[in-house]
Amino acid sequence: MTAKWGLRGLAFGYLGLLLLAPVAMIFYKTFEHGLGPPVDAMTSPDALHAIWLTLLMVAVAVPLNTVFGVGCALLLVRHRWSGNAVIDGIINLPFAISPIVIGLSLYLLYGTGGWFGPTLSEWGVKVLFSTPGMILASIFVSLPFVVRETVPVLQEIGTEQEQAASTLGASAWQTFWRVTLPAIRWGVAYGVVLTTARVLGEFGAVTIVSGSISGQTETLPLFVARAFENFDEQGAYAGAIVLALLALTTLLLMSVGGRKAKASGGSTPVGPGEVAISMSSAKEVS
Amino acid sequence: MEGHPATISTAPPRAGLRLPGVGAGLGRGLVGLYLSLIVLLPLAAVLDESLSGGLGAFWDSVSGAQSVAALKLTVISSLIVVAINAFFGTIIAWVLVRDELPGKGAVNALIDLPFALPTIVAGLTLLTLYGAESPIGLDIAFTRVAIVVALCFVTLPFVTRAVQPLLMEMDREMEDAATSLGAGGFTVFRRIIFPNLLPGILAGVLLAFARALGEYGSLILISGNIPFKTEVSSVFIRSQIESGDVSGAAAVSVVLLAISLALLVAVSLFARRGARK
Repeated sequence: MTAKWGLRGLAFGYLGLLLLAPVAMIFYKTFEHGLGPPVDAMTSPDALHAIWLTLLMVAVAVPLNTVFGVGCALLLVRHRWSGNAVIDGIINLPFAISPIVIGLSLYLLYGTGGWFGPTLSEWGVKVLFSTPGMILASIFVSLPFVVRETVPVLQEIGTEQEQAASTLGASAWQTFWRVTLPAIRWGVAYGVVLTTARVLGEFGAVTIVSGSISGQTETLPLFVARAFENFDEQGAYAGAIVLALLALTTLLLMSVGGRKAKASGGSTPVGPGEVAISMSSAKEVS
Repeated sequence: MEGHPATISTAPPRAGLRLPGVGAGLGRGLVGLYLSLIVLLPLAAVLDESLSGGLGAFWDSVSGAQSVAALKLTVISSLIVVAINAFFGTIIAWVLVRDELPGKGAVNALIDLPFALPTIVAGLTLLTLYGAESPIGLDIAFTRVAIVVALCFVTLPFVTRAVQPLLMEMDREMEDAATSLGAGGFTVFRRIIFPNLLPGILAGVLLAFARALGEYGSLILISGNIPFKTEVSSVFIRSQIESGDVSGAAAVSVVLLAISLALLVAVSLFARRGARK
């Protein structure tokens, strides 16, 4: 009995001190003087632009990585090939690489002295310190999620129904839309949620390629950092609250999506930790 | 014609779904192109830049006093952090799986918060509670302790999430048998439970370690970024970029990349061995 309470105490004490108390504290700090200050801080032109830009990152990066992720997962699971192991390994790279290194890599490729920089600037295309570079950074950091979530579900559902559909004369597209996609939808949805969360919150990679020009290349996480460094605590807290609320929504969707993915025959994705674990269990893939 | 929509109904039965729209060959080409443009070319540019001044310059950048201090701090803090989270992560997993507790679902969802919360917000929240204006008088800002706390926050879910499924699958009969043969609680844990959970703990530790090594966003506000004292490698790379030493930044990045790759390979070998058992 004492052992049980001891373990509970350790577990909840750790979670409380590390997670709950700090998050509760920032909510308290933000709304200490009522709703007015945070609302004012979030409706300033710079803040609104940061929110808009953050949503733009999501609007471009998430669909691209979703289409890539589903296609790539189909390729890995349904088409045996000796090169699949290599593709699988490359897809895991963004999980293991520091966001700062990712930012630097794009900086080097698209900077003035980089491989692509001079040619692109001749064509009048600005990648670094502008939106395209930030989008590339967002795509890079969030690349693995949809693939990692879709692969185990695809393995789980097998090919019987797809075979039945094609025997009955369905085209590849018809089979995909009517049979495969409905069966894997929760796995894909879970991957999409994780991708969105990562893109919304990305800081390190975006900070290197954006140049953090306020009102121009500043996403919400960058806005929070700059506000804090400029002693604009209200702005920093308000921005952080918006991001925290988005994170809590994500959490809710994750817990629902994870359950649904599990119920529909997926491989128990209890959380992104599981994503990371399952990334290496792609033995059937190769 | 493999994979062409028009021929799908005559495909061999075991083939299953073809990639719609494109054949497997074209599909591989597109995947390769996407991965090259997004991931491989940028990383190749880092490698190229790190060697732009020759191997000597590369070594000078990597072995500089500030660079070595940053790397040492990064590795040691990460080791401390994964040890802490291996301990607490396992306990949390245990309570979540074995303890009949109301409200367990909410706690279970809460575990993923560090993955969902943007890293800059994580740093800011820790700073409001454990910074200069701490309401409980605990000011750890700009110290190495702050680095450990921030890294504990961002890597919290890894071990718990790796151990949970193992605990769920574990056969309780083994424990009951051991107990009925007279084993005490600690012996059961040491001889039965711990060995069964070890693969999960190690997998979680490796992933948490990889994450901690490269962490940036949660540290930037709370660590103070003081060279030789609280400057981790990722922050050091950033400061080198800002001071114009891009080749030096690239050299240190290559070292971090090499460690990450080694960890990825370790995780993958480890998972493969676990799967074979």
